[in-house]
Amino acid sequence: MKVTIDKKPVEVAPNTTVYDAAKQIGIDIPKLCYMNLEAVGFKNHPAGCRICVVEVAGRRNLVPSCVTTCTEGMVIKTHSPRVLNARKTVLELILSDHPKDCLICPKSGRCELQDLSVQLGIREIHSVENAEMSTYRKDMSPSIIRDMDKCVMCRRCETACNVIQTVGALHAVNRGFMSVVAPAFERDLIDSPCTFCGQCVAVCPTGALTEVDQTQKVIRALADPAKTVIVQTAPAVRAALGEEFGMEPGTLVTGKMTAALKEMGFDYVFDTDFAADLTVMEEGAELLGRISKFLEGDKNVKLPILTSCCPAWVNFFEYNYPDMLDVPSTARSPQQMFGAVAKTYLADKLGVKREDLVVVSIMPCLAKKYECQRDEFKVNGNPDVDFALSTRELAHLIREANINFKALSDAEFDNPMGESTGAGVIFGTTGGVIEAAVRTAYEIFTGKKLEQVDFRELRGLEGIRMATVDFNGTKINIGIAHQLGNARKLLDGIRSGQYNFHAIEIMACPGGCIGGGGQPLHHGESHILQARHEALYREDAQKPVRKSHENPYIKKLYEEFLGSPLSEKAHHLLHTHYFDKSK
Amino acid sequence: MNKIRSLEGLLNRKQQVVNNPRLHPKSNDDAGMVQVKVGMATCGIASGARETMNAFLEKMERENLNAVVSQVGCVGYCYAEPTVEVHKPGCEPVVFGYVNTQKAVEIVDKYIKRGEEINGILPVDYQTIDAKDESKHKQIRIALRNCGFIDPENMDEYIARDGYAALGAVLKMSQVEAIDIMKKSGLRGRGGGGFPAGLKWEYAYNNKADQKYVICNADEGDPGAFMDRSILEGDPHSVIEAMAICGYCIGASKGLVYIRAEYPLAIKRLQIAIEQARDFGFLGEDIFGSGFAFELELRYGAGAFVCGEETALIHSMEGERGEPTVKPPFPAESGYMGQPSNVNNVETFANVPAIYLKGHEWFSSIGTETSKGTKVFALAGKINNVGLIEVPMGITLREVIFEIGGGIKGDKQFKAVQTGGPSGGCLIEKHLDTPIDYENLTAAGSMMGSGGMIVMDQDDCMPAIAKFYLEFTVEESCGKCSPCRVGNKRLHELLHRICRGRGTEEDLDYLRNLSFVIKDTALCGLGQTSPNPVLSTLDYFYDEYLAHVRDKKCPAGQCKALKQYFIIPEKCIGCTACIKACPTNAITGEKRLAHLINQDKCIRCGACFEKCKFNAIIIQ
Repeated sequence: MKVTIDKKPVEVAPNTTVYDAAKQIGIDIPKLCYMNLEAVGFKNHPAGCRICVVEVAGRRNLVPSCVTTCTEGMVIKTHSPRVLNARKTVLELILSDHPKDCLICPKSGRCELQDLSVQLGIREIHSVENAEMSTYRKDMSPSIIRDMDKCVMCRRCETACNVIQTVGALHAVNRGFMSVVAPAFERDLIDSPCTFCGQCVAVCPTGALTEVDQTQKVIRALADPAKTVIVQTAPAVRAALGEEFGMEPGTLVTGKMTAALKEMGFDYVFDTDFAADLTVMEEGAELLGRISKFLEGDKNVKLPILTSCCPAWVNFFEYNYPDMLDVPSTARSPQQMFGAVAKTYLADKLGVKREDLVVVSIMPCLAKKYECQRDEFKVNGNPDVDFALSTRELAHLIREANINFKALSDAEFDNPMGESTGAGVIFGTTGGVIEAAVRTAYEIFTGKKLEQVDFRELRGLEGIRMATVDFNGTKINIGIAHQLGNARKLLDGIRSGQYNFHAIEIMACPGGCIGGGGQPLHHGESHILQARHEALYREDAQKPVRKSHENPYIKKLYEEFLGSPLSEKAHHLLHTHYFDKSK
Repeated sequence: MNKIRSLEGLLNRKQQVVNNPRLHPKSNDDAGMVQVKVGMATCGIASGARETMNAFLEKMERENLNAVVSQVGCVGYCYAEPTVEVHKPGCEPVVFGYVNTQKAVEIVDKYIKRGEEINGILPVDYQTIDAKDESKHKQIRIALRNCGFIDPENMDEYIARDGYAALGAVLKMSQVEAIDIMKKSGLRGRGGGGFPAGLKWEYAYNNKADQKYVICNADEGDPGAFMDRSILEGDPHSVIEAMAICGYCIGASKGLVYIRAEYPLAIKRLQIAIEQARDFGFLGEDIFGSGFAFELELRYGAGAFVCGEETALIHSMEGERGEPTVKPPFPAESGYMGQPSNVNNVETFANVPAIYLKGHEWFSSIGTETSKGTKVFALAGKINNVGLIEVPMGITLREVIFEIGGGIKGDKQFKAVQTGGPSGGCLIEKHLDTPIDYENLTAAGSMMGSGGMIVMDQDDCMPAIAKFYLEFTVEESCGKCSPCRVGNKRLHELLHRICRGRGTEEDLDYLRNLSFVIKDTALCGLGQTSPNPVLSTLDYFYDEYLAHVRDKKCPAGQCKALKQYFIIPEKCIGCTACIKACPTNAITGEKRLAHLINQDKCIRCGACFEKCKFNAIIIQ
């Protein structure tokens, strides 16, 4: 099919939108609400912002290029005076109802509305005296801040929350000038079905949805001589942090990140990957226990076992599947296992009192902020993990400390909680947790050495994946889902008896933790997720040890402290229980 | 009761009920029977029609007269409610206006019993669809053919006027034949868009699916519009029949009426009519023995104007937020529940049975080249005969306003007429002789819309009128697209500023540019038309805008903030009446000495002006 865009002929496939057709010849039509994260099936195209309008010969009105499909012979102008005037006027309208506190906005420099304003050269907004602004109550949850005065009604968060995650916490409410996206009855997020996955924050073009910033609290702790401040870094962070400093997506910055944290004054820089290895030990043991009982004919055993590393996923099933609370693994997430071990085993080793040990975690995730505040993860009110910072917050900290990140030389993690295997690394992407578990469970179950540790059948970015792994004659059926909407499909399939799995891995975010709500903003670029995904497997491949149970410090931890997986002490420190949150 | 299973059965039933004078309105068979029909639509009831009807019933009973008193829908003479049609045997039926209980007694005593001529008879100004002598009256009643003639809660009265005969006839045709008639009739959507109904049906017919839907848009939301309500309250069966016809044509077995919950009487009468249609077999399985099945359900709208837009209406019915989505896909491809759906408005449907009864040639002989048939208008504003009228397309605004409407109230100067509701534009003197049709109204900067027609006189301020309409669209915008959500708000604020005398000439340029951009970029019909009142008044009354921004004056004297009240000392006798009337103590002065208004304190309420008996107070 042939169309003409700005006098240039373009050959397009049927059903191509004008927006994509223009992209084919290098024309990036300005947009605001439209977002297409193809790799994970996220598409937001309400055609509401009217920024991407173009002129099509023969059409009475301008058309939104994001949803208008090309027809044979279509003649399109993307920057005629009529288009430019309309685009600018519409943007001025949006800005006329938007706070102008850009200088101190958490999204400043990362804001798509700001970029658009720069691009279209907005210098003044035709002012009407006493022009009304739509203002709303600010909502502070443990993870996410909603400052809806800054909402531009792009509806991306709504798509993320409803279509992708099927959480249903956010929806457009009110009408006309006062319309805004909010939980039902304009309640606070904490009183809604929100899982704090943060995907709404990940797609928000403005400062309307941001994370709760705890960087200043961390700086204060670092400044306190009475405190020993340690930090753990989640696997997905190292594959994305570089983007914040202009590095190519997928650049692994493990060493630079460690160096930066040391420069900032953390007493010990540890790795959540270590705790991921520990999780494999506990969860793997649980899995094998259930499978063995099942094979012995125990009818009461709960299968499949579901992973429980992802706090948004935990929130999701507590709210949506309260009848299945005994199905997921009871293993705590790596963040919380790390915290529990740090404030007992490590505190003893360092000779520091629990109250004087501050555990900071760097997470790709916003639900981790909620998770570390849960009561069951506190001892006498003192949390196992004190602060959970997002990857973006860490980048802020590094910038604030005036550290030249790109110029840093690599540094090593500290011990005893910084040593990890390749299995721990891949925890950060979809399929990684279950692959790590399989590597260990296989050897323990069969008693044989696993020669080929790469389980390629478990990898990929497909929303729902299924594979069967041969445990020396015993077929283990595995299901994998990322994004909660896909998790819901799997869960419903299990409930109805459609699926027959032994183990299921679920991660709430697109691509797993690499696409977490706390990661550098992808602005709708699919290739960024792909690059992070591949980076983690690259790091895994480079690791000398790639099976969790072979991590020498894990072995030592069991010898010195925990005894064995699922021991009483392990149960006490490394396992949890779930609550019915549906009421 | 026994269901009617064939067209012959229906015709038999019609013969029976036509021969029953109690049911046949024009029958002269029964020498003694007097028929009294009281207009009992919401408008009539609000004006006291129920009391009037009871007065007739009581009086008739007490006097033991051979008469039948029945309720009918709205006959359209809103200015003269309650209205009552009295049909004495051997006489032409006459309609009385302003019939309160006293008047009712007078009608019985004088007109019915003694045959005296009494005041209050309204002239008949319409012809029926059966009229032989054409062009006697300006109005032709097609969509309103039964409104005011039949008891909407009585199936036999509908059958007596060929009710369901069109459905019976259509079910003997093929779908393609039936759609062809609709296409040839030239009927266009009466809800505002003006899309040819036949093409819409054909489109839905061509899209194959297991389940299709016929949807009736009864979410009439224009302020001052009540065409659809009157039809549903006066003749619900015609809509049901038309929906069944449409269902057969496009292959849909389910119909949904999306009706605003603020229309309780229309809902009640529609529910009664649906029950009756089921009882008679006009809804349900195997209608007229044809094998065609059709069911109808009501869905209630919660009072959002934008839900009159068909995609928003469908989302609302699905339980989603009532906001429009981009077309394509059109409802005919993917409508209710993702299935092919045909959405027509009440008035469009009300035309359908008449077209099949009298043929497409008859229908297309009425109207203009591109706009066939008639249009119902709700005539309102500064006009003598406020009411519901149905006129052939091609009639001029002058005929509507000055002949049917009886001219401007108080013999004032005609200034403008707003057509098409809040989305339409204002037309002026020079448009009065333009034939009304879809294209002409659009070309003149207004639109047909759903049929509101509001007449303005010399006392109306056009920027204030534009502001009034914008207030409505601001309130009713769904908020989905930015030009409508924010743009209309800013338009309204600008107009407010202008009406307060704070606008500048630069504002007028911005007003025009903003209006163009909103029209050019808004997502749905609401936003694409909402600046029409601004643009048309800017075009035709620019001087008035200039007067507001440059001279800080409102020529019509409507904009309060621009009014100033002054006391002419020569005329003031110092009676202090104005001082006492002033709520803000803005007037000072000794008794018998000329008073003075302090302009800083004056809130321009006009109380002093009203009070002064000596014309000593003037407005500037």
